Amino acid sequence: MSSEPEITWEVARSKPASFYSTYERKDELQHATHYCPGCGHGIIHKMLAQAIDDLGMQDRTVLISPVGCSVFAYYYFDVGNVQAAHGRAPAVATAIKRSRPGSIVISYQGDGDLSAIGSAEILHAANRGEPLTVIFVNNAIYSMTGGQMAPTTLLGQTSTTSPHGRSAAHEGYPLHVSELLATLEAPVYIERVGLGDNRQIAQAARAVRRALENQVRGLGFSLVEILSPCPTIWKMSPVEAQHWVHDVMEKTFPLGVLRDRTQTAQAVPAPDPPPTLSAVPRILGVADTGLPEGLPRVADVPDVNLQMRVAGFGGQGVLLLGEVLAEAGLDAGLEVSWLPSYGPEMRSGTSNCHVRLAREPIDSPLVTHPDVLIAMNEPSLRKFGSTMRRGGWMLYNGETLPEEGSSKDVHVLARPFTQIANDLGDARAGNMVMLGALLEIAGSLPQTSVESALGRLVRNPRWLALDESALAAGRRLMRESRAEVSHAG
Amino acid sequence: MHRQLMKGNEAIMKSAILAGCRGFYGYPITPASEITEAAATYMPQVGGVFLQAESEVAAINMLYGAASAGVRAMTASSGPGISLMQEGISYMAGAELPCVIADITRGGPGLGNIASEQSDYHQVVKGGGHGNYHTLVLAPYSVQEMADLTALAFDLADRYRNPVVLLADGFIGQMMEPVEFPQTATEPCLPQWAVAGTAESRRNVITSMYLDTDKLEAHVRQLEAKYFIAEQREARAEDWRTEDGEIILVGYGIVARILKGVAAEARAAGLPVGVLRPITLYPFPTLHFQRLVSRAQVFLVVEMSNGQLLEDVRLALNGARPVEFLSRVGGNTPTHHEVLAATQELARRHLTAAPAEEEWIVHV
Amino acid sequence: MTNTAHRDAGLLRVDASECKGCGLCIEACPPKVIRMDETLNSYGYRTARYAGTGCTGCGICYLVCPEPGAITVLRATRPRQIAGVQARP
Repeated sequence: MSSEPEITWEVARSKPASFYSTYERKDELQHATHYCPGCGHGIIHKMLAQAIDDLGMQDRTVLISPVGCSVFAYYYFDVGNVQAAHGRAPAVATAIKRSRPGSIVISYQGDGDLSAIGSAEILHAANRGEPLTVIFVNNAIYSMTGGQMAPTTLLGQTSTTSPHGRSAAHEGYPLHVSELLATLEAPVYIERVGLGDNRQIAQAARAVRRALENQVRGLGFSLVEILSPCPTIWKMSPVEAQHWVHDVMEKTFPLGVLRDRTQTAQAVPAPDPPPTLSAVPRILGVADTGLPEGLPRVADVPDVNLQMRVAGFGGQGVLLLGEVLAEAGLDAGLEVSWLPSYGPEMRSGTSNCHVRLAREPIDSPLVTHPDVLIAMNEPSLRKFGSTMRRGGWMLYNGETLPEEGSSKDVHVLARPFTQIANDLGDARAGNMVMLGALLEIAGSLPQTSVESALGRLVRNPRWLALDESALAAGRRLMRESRAEVSHAG
Repeated sequence: MHRQLMKGNEAIMKSAILAGCRGFYGYPITPASEITEAAATYMPQVGGVFLQAESEVAAINMLYGAASAGVRAMTASSGPGISLMQEGISYMAGAELPCVIADITRGGPGLGNIASEQSDYHQVVKGGGHGNYHTLVLAPYSVQEMADLTALAFDLADRYRNPVVLLADGFIGQMMEPVEFPQTATEPCLPQWAVAGTAESRRNVITSMYLDTDKLEAHVRQLEAKYFIAEQREARAEDWRTEDGEIILVGYGIVARILKGVAAEARAAGLPVGVLRPITLYPFPTLHFQRLVSRAQVFLVVEMSNGQLLEDVRLALNGARPVEFLSRVGGNTPTHHEVLAATQELARRHLTAAPAEEEWIVHV
Repeated sequence: MTNTAHRDAGLLRVDASECKGCGLCIEACPPKVIRMDETLNSYGYRTARYAGTGCTGCGICYLVCPEPGAITVLRATRPRQIAGVQARP
């Protein structure tokens, strides 16, 4: 009778739980992958699934499938799955991770996807230090589409689009993505590994696991580049392809750690808790309760119907003048609109805006034929003077109205408004002197509405005092000038 | 009721946040940048995500990611940027992901200019990307509608699991008008189809790929069925004094504002003019047009593009009434007087009882 | 699972319906105890087959195998020894 104890067999290595037991999303052959015999993707899938198992994060994991042979990764991984457009996986992953910081987001990409069409997305995701795990499968060719040249195709290597072999002169050199990304500050971990022999494969598995651990620890961007065989497109046996990774590919793409700041990197801080929903209107400045206090309300809406154009140089306060008027009109219970010129037009020095105030709803905010024109300089007068309606008012910032600017059947007040403001303390308040004069024309707009509008728009007390005195000066000027205002025509 | 003066672009973003938008991914472009800037200001304050993407291509794919994770998210752009987003929009429609895209249209083609235009109509309303899909398209014409239709856009996006575009122009985006907002913010619950990195959502998959031809056909048919429901339920238009209108002016966005001014003046002169303003451009408010056929003698389509809206109006009327056309492009705006003159001309040609010409001189 | 007669530290199982016969496990196996079967599986692949003895349970074949469920590696664990009973070296 043997003294040997009974031996028990325990499963040491088997299909990881992070794979589906059967691949029900596949149309057929649901027990096996779609990958060719000897394909590196299957090997990498297994190390990834094993690491997900080992780190206990299956429920938290979101895997981004790219375009390429691994487009169907979601057939196999029993995790949250999102399929992305060609090259865009890092952008998709970025938003998933930022939307759900507790998730573990893996961007799984091939070399065509990541290094060609998606080169911008991977660069910027890495540069932002997105705390993602990127698995970059480099087989030096576009496999799924039948073997076209990739940025990673080796010099001399033939493909269907480099049939005479890649030449540096014609197609450039193989792109070293890991080295490129390792020039950035933000990434915490970048390593290139291979599937060229047992030792390399074991190291690849360790690297994949580290890249995931980094994300669990809340560290920044991690990328593992894996040199991976493609026997079918390379036209080799699986074993030959494995040797080619080791003997040939590795010469162009040396293995090793290109970045490791995992010891010093700080975990990305958790975002602040969001405010309560009830606080949101106040934060946005749209809550009734958050209004400036003491807004005067006028019982009777004044009888105003104003179509105005304000124009001048940038810096003259053209837009502010219009805005104060519109705010005051709104305060007085009127319908208002304010439409600025914008863009390069604005930045190149000229500026103008359309302002309408009316008791009735305003149809078009565009004022093509103003009944009031505030021309703060001569070009503005030339541009808009001729568009005025008969019987309108033209306020011109100058001693006298140039002859060409005169228009028939309009009232004209030409005064050196800027000079008046300068005498008050700052030439830049010329707009408010002109607004003061205008308010005398549109006399029924209550002074309290003007004051509260100015108070809301001009926060600096010194400026507010200056603008108030400028407004008063403008009103005074208009009252004194009314008798002598020319009525040309 | 409190109304405050605000730019259309800013109103979009504030309304979006009140509607539960907590993700904004965008790339700056005139004249839409104020939306992106407002998002940068407010998103961090409300626990949302703002990220300036490296390109519009990346921005729309970030939207794809945020929507996949079950977050209400939006972006904003203009002509050239929307062109770059078309790939991602097609993917989102295919993967049935909701999102809101504000297109503040500028002049095109190419770099065009930054003035206000409506030339994005085709690329937005007809779906500029590949494949069998639609985006739902809302066309605000005031700052208040920028706010209101943004809130509606998020609801429609979720209801139909489809991208919704707010198609506005530089004028509506840049101008300030009084606007009021709801005083309560909403927080939509996590959609059951989302992939949120949780045990409950682990079995979910977001994809637009159906390798099997029959499965893809079934998927496209299902999308069509969804669009059919939207066509029945969501078409919106404003009828402005069309009840007795014999000349119907047709335009959306800023153009409709001009048309109302023209119609008011024409009516004061005794002409039976009404305005039909499509609010949804897809679904197109076909029934609103057909209802008017019995009385209307002629339709005048006015647009700041080269006959893009015109095609849909012609399809809607299907030859029942003549459709005339007035177009300005390049960033120019049809003026009040231009449209009025065209209306007068139509009255002379199509209305038997047109007022005498002398009357017009009084009112012009 | 028990096997009273076996002295190997490891045991290897190949699921013939998943194996695509790439041969990487045969190349990788340090003790060279995996061979290619002469027969074809239902998909027409020759499949890997354990020689039946000599497995060390190192697991390398599992690691290099591209098919998630094709290879399962088992390792022998001896139960706690009962006093007075010597395990054979």
